[in-house]
Amino acid sequence: MTSVSDILNGDRLAITRALTEIENGSSQGKTTLNELFPHTGKAHIVGITGAPGTGKSTLVNRLAYEYRHPSRDRPPLSVAVVAVDPTSPFSGGAVLGDRIRMRDVAGDPGVFIRSMASRGSLGGLAQTTAGLVQVFDAAGFEVILVETVGAGQAEVDIADLAHTTLVLEAPGMGDDVQTIKAGILEIADILVVNKFDRPGAKNTLRFLKNMLRQVDPEERYELHHGQRSPFPDLPITEAEKNKPGWDPPILTTIATSGEGVSELVERITNHRNFLLSSKRWSLKEERRIKREMDTMLQRELLIKWRDSTSSTLYQRTLKKLVKREISPQRAVQLLLEGDE
Amino acid sequence: MEKSQNKIKVLIAKPGLDGHDRGAKVVARALRDAGMEVIYTGLRQTPEMIAEAALQEDVDVIGLSILSGAHMALAPKILTEIHNTGLDEVKIFLGGIIPEEDKPKLKKLGIHGIYGPGTSTKTIASDIRKAIS
Repeated sequence: MTSVSDILNGDRLAITRALTEIENGSSQGKTTLNELFPHTGKAHIVGITGAPGTGKSTLVNRLAYEYRHPSRDRPPLSVAVVAVDPTSPFSGGAVLGDRIRMRDVAGDPGVFIRSMASRGSLGGLAQTTAGLVQVFDAAGFEVILVETVGAGQAEVDIADLAHTTLVLEAPGMGDDVQTIKAGILEIADILVVNKFDRPGAKNTLRFLKNMLRQVDPEERYELHHGQRSPFPDLPITEAEKNKPGWDPPILTTIATSGEGVSELVERITNHRNFLLSSKRWSLKEERRIKREMDTMLQRELLIKWRDSTSSTLYQRTLKKLVKREISPQRAVQLLLEGDE
Repeated sequence: MEKSQNKIKVLIAKPGLDGHDRGAKVVARALRDAGMEVIYTGLRQTPEMIAEAALQEDVDVIGLSILSGAHMALAPKILTEIHNTGLDEVKIFLGGIIPEEDKPKLKKLGIHGIYGPGTSTKTIASDIRKAIS
């Protein structure tokens, strides 16, 4: 049993048990989330994404340390980390290795690190990542760092979850054509060239700068992330259109030594202030929560449909499809109509 | 479908000062292939760090790898630290170079299973399943 008041008081055993319930999708977990939700909405959620090996975990470790022990005139903030690693498509198992790089904040009661396996989700996060973030938010953690699965080009779910999204690049990961492709670079609120001590780092920086110069910040208000939602979109308000945009800065870091990390935290904080002062914080929250509801609705509709459809009908339809008696389109139509 | 979401979570930790983590990595990989979620913490963990990681990750099982001969000093400390976190159901396994005469003492302390060189990883995976079912 997890008690909501224990979680709100920051009891670590209560928090960890709640996280497990939520990850496992238990009814206990769902009840806990229902009760916690009114207490959320205070934390600054920062997403860290980028290709495998760009240094995400190492940078998260340094960011957490910088938040705890500010090198500039900032108050120390409590930090929760949610680090997602991939689940094996074959065995369903996973090796979660992000903690290896997160040793500097071990033993600090103001830090809580939780690893999670993606459990089959494809967008760079797990299905229940948002739920875990809500627990930390309700428990009073002021900054929540969410590290995605090593992402390629299209895993952009993090932009829906985080207030501020960092996209990490490292030298030697491709030429300038990569920087004009759509996808992950577009979701960056802050671009970070990590491993800046490595050969080729200056070229990477130059490519990215050229890319950004071609983006008009005025045009960067959010629509959806390319994925057409079956549910109605929130309208873009006039106010949103006329606000000055955020110009994503490019920063350079060497996460192993901590170089550039203080400056990075400064910029992350600036982004938060920008969101708050331009009223984008509440707009972003609105869209974020709506997407969460839409995703959940899709999932539950699917389960509801599955439970109401006979599996013999499913098998029969599948057989016809495999024999090419009917097309996939037709099969879906039959299944939705619930008859033959 | 919903039910199968309950995955066995295992923390693989290397306490103490020896730097040989080949065995720990082999076991981590094998448990992954057995469908478990394995959190690997890396080398040179203190008992406090292991207990803290176990708490934050809410694991079902902790696998310790000790090749330094310091198991009689480390194991009791780790067990105490874990007990202090409030994780009472977690099962602790130990792998490494453990002399025969130490094994009964360690079991008495609360170590669930002890594995030496040459153990099949399948044995470890099935012992873990049995222990937490």
